[in-house]
Amino acid sequence: MAFPRPEIVVQGGLRSEPEGWLRWLTTTDHKRIGILYLATTFLFFVLGGVEALLMRLQLARPNSELVAPETYNGLFTMHGTTMIFLFVVPVLAGFANYMVPLMIGARDVAFPRLNALSYWLLLFGGVVLYSALFFTPPDQGWTMYAPLTEAAYAPHSGIDAWIVFIHLTGASTIVGGINFIATIHNMRAPGMSWGRMPLFVWTVLVYSYLIVLAYPAIAAAVTMLLTDRHFGTAFFDPAGGGDPLLWQHLFWFFGHPEVYIMVLPAFGMISEILPVFARKPIFGYKAIAASTVAIAFLGLLVWAHHMFATPTATVVLAFFMLSSFTVAVPTGIKIFNWIATLWRGEIVLKAPLYFAAGLPALFVIGGISGVILAIFPVDWQLHDTYFVVAHMHFVLFGGSVFGIFAGLYYWFPKMTGRMLSDGLGKVSFWLMAIGLLATFMVQHSLGLEGMPRRVYDWDNPEWDPYNMISTIGAFVLAAGVLATLVNVVISLRHGRRAGNDPWQANTLEWFVPSPPPPNNFDVIPRVRSVEPMKDIRRQVQEQTAPTSESVAQPVGPAI
Amino acid sequence: MPLGPGGAGATRSRRMTEPPLDHRCPCTPRGRDRLARRAVLTLALVGLGGVILAAPPAAAGPFTPDTGGSPNADDIDRLYRIALYIGLVVFLLVEGTLIWSIVRYRRRRGGRGAAQIRGNTPLEIGWTAGAALILVVLAAITFIYLDDIKDPPGPGQGTLVAGTRPAAVDRRPLEVEVNGQQYLWRYSYPGESQLYTFYEMVVPTDTTITVDITSSDVVHSWWIPELGGKADAVPGHTNHTWFRIAEEGVYRGVCAELCGYNHADMRAAVRAVSPERFRAWTQRKRAQIESAGADLAGERRRREEAG
Repeated sequence: MAFPRPEIVVQGGLRSEPEGWLRWLTTTDHKRIGILYLATTFLFFVLGGVEALLMRLQLARPNSELVAPETYNGLFTMHGTTMIFLFVVPVLAGFANYMVPLMIGARDVAFPRLNALSYWLLLFGGVVLYSALFFTPPDQGWTMYAPLTEAAYAPHSGIDAWIVFIHLTGASTIVGGINFIATIHNMRAPGMSWGRMPLFVWTVLVYSYLIVLAYPAIAAAVTMLLTDRHFGTAFFDPAGGGDPLLWQHLFWFFGHPEVYIMVLPAFGMISEILPVFARKPIFGYKAIAASTVAIAFLGLLVWAHHMFATPTATVVLAFFMLSSFTVAVPTGIKIFNWIATLWRGEIVLKAPLYFAAGLPALFVIGGISGVILAIFPVDWQLHDTYFVVAHMHFVLFGGSVFGIFAGLYYWFPKMTGRMLSDGLGKVSFWLMAIGLLATFMVQHSLGLEGMPRRVYDWDNPEWDPYNMISTIGAFVLAAGVLATLVNVVISLRHGRRAGNDPWQANTLEWFVPSPPPPNNFDVIPRVRSVEPMKDIRRQVQEQTAPTSESVAQPVGPAI
Repeated sequence: MPLGPGGAGATRSRRMTEPPLDHRCPCTPRGRDRLARRAVLTLALVGLGGVILAAPPAAAGPFTPDTGGSPNADDIDRLYRIALYIGLVVFLLVEGTLIWSIVRYRRRRGGRGAAQIRGNTPLEIGWTAGAALILVVLAAITFIYLDDIKDPPGPGQGTLVAGTRPAAVDRRPLEVEVNGQQYLWRYSYPGESQLYTFYEMVVPTDTTITVDITSSDVVHSWWIPELGGKADAVPGHTNHTWFRIAEEGVYRGVCAELCGYNHADMRAAVRAVSPERFRAWTQRKRAQIESAGADLAGERRRREEAG
């Protein structure tokens, strides 16, 4: 047999784990922590989704009195905060937790206990935020622009809960990022050079570096806000020599890289999925990896494009327009490479492929509207309107969430040993895609016709039909999400058995049983290309069936 | 040279499996079918593009920003349309090739198998350069339009200066100070005696109005869509914009930066009237404010005398 055996397989033996729920509370296993992350974040996804539906119900018709203005402000604040800090960023950490060690052939992450800390900080951060519902929820928008958030204008405790929440989840995210960096740098399988690392792992690495660079800015900003509110400083109060624009700069210095933190690992997921289902290698591996790094670097230089309408010198606005334009180039490279990966393939039309191919199809709408918004004189017209709401949802739902759902359909068999229903997955895809388009395409028109975001009511009859269509679309979208949740619940018990490698995939996580054993790998295969599983399957085939039992890695049912 | 990861395994699979080329030949019935379908598709796309391009520039609709009140709003609209048309071409290209690839190369019985291609450097350099070129063109067009949008027409126009204060103005513009306060707008006019209004700004037609915007509490944003871009009202800063209205009428807007519970009700309006009617209005309004001030002073004096 060709696989080199490690010199030491187990050192000191494995401690026996506690049984039952205590096992989940005390676990430091990256796979269990990954599952905890995924379960928790999808719960918050549902909460954030319900908040979105309540908003759309309020906005279905003008003069609606479903919720009070302050409740409406609370809804969009909680929706944005939940989706960004409690769903998209940590759900990606959940997938990365589960998959990165398996994909690079490692036993666990570099710091398993720190990993557990990351998860528990996230959960308690979420609990702190939602506990504010029992007092006064924060209602200044997820951007929390000072001085509206200063004690003089918002004396209530919701913002303090939000500040503590940002510190807890921020620490969780930074600690998690450091853990991924240490893991990916140090624990790759023998032979896995940078040029053979799976593209999802590349994006998780870049995601982690961006987190370490960007999150301290918001940690500093919310600390300044806390001292402004309670200890008499005036960082953001012009009466005391402070400046409200300082908040905006600090916030967006975090806030824009945050967008790439949320979308790059989703790009990484579909860079894994598309080649598997096209039965073809990824087109331009190096270009995709390099464009990920380029997007991250440029993404750190574009933050003030959120501030085009503020009193800022024109040369500064021009700089941020040009820097924002440049991000479109590596992003475009990725989209072209994905299409070229599908081109001349032999595309297996399964649910993961639907979601993965849906990403470029929907994300490109947000990409193009992003370039339009980067033209700062045009942004003067469109800033803070529903056009921006539409743009960011095509980026974050069409981009991140479709990638996350592709990842869910792709990796669920590995995590649980069972397949999700493919038919229900396709139903979910079409409902989500049609719902997304119906909800947000018309919002471009709303913005172009002058409807600002974050308003609970309006008095322009031209906007009525658009709002009604958008509300109907939101419920179609919700039905699509629900279909996948139902699919998960049913398939956990009744799904078809998956086997090790149901998709005939390329990367090492498919080498181990589904779900993987606690120690992940009995033998860590040597990596000889960017598609180690392809090499292994070929090797198994070459050493014809009767004598290949020692490999003990069945190819799995053909798809 | 294909772009691909190193290693022995990679080198082996770099060989491409060339499919037979005869399926593209228009001489077979299948090939003719395909060409016909392609022609229909192309015609449909060209037709759609033509309809959008031919839309009259003045028509406000669901696809373009609100315009028609002021020249800067019209210029923003023109700039937006150029970006939109370029965006539509990119959109159709991406969606077209994506959907075509998925449908054309879906797995079928008796398929030719997947081509094991790992990259194509000239192609990749090509689309990178293409994307960059589009953005260079877009940036150049933006700078061409920028001065007309940023500055009112006048002698000093055409210089890109730091600061968004209108660089030059034509004959005697009217300078109005705008102050955002939760949840209304206060407009102060220049002059010896006080003149101010709330909610509705009254301005003369065919006159450049320069607007200095600030706030006395939280951040607001002053925006009348038909009169051009918005400008944030930030406490401690003064922001600038301008407009020039040709036709009498009322132009409405809503505060565009979240400023509290009644943000949605913080509305603004600009009423444009002829210069003669504007002069009459200012005289009447100044007199009203003066007499109201005198009444207030008298009332205060009476109360002080009463103890």
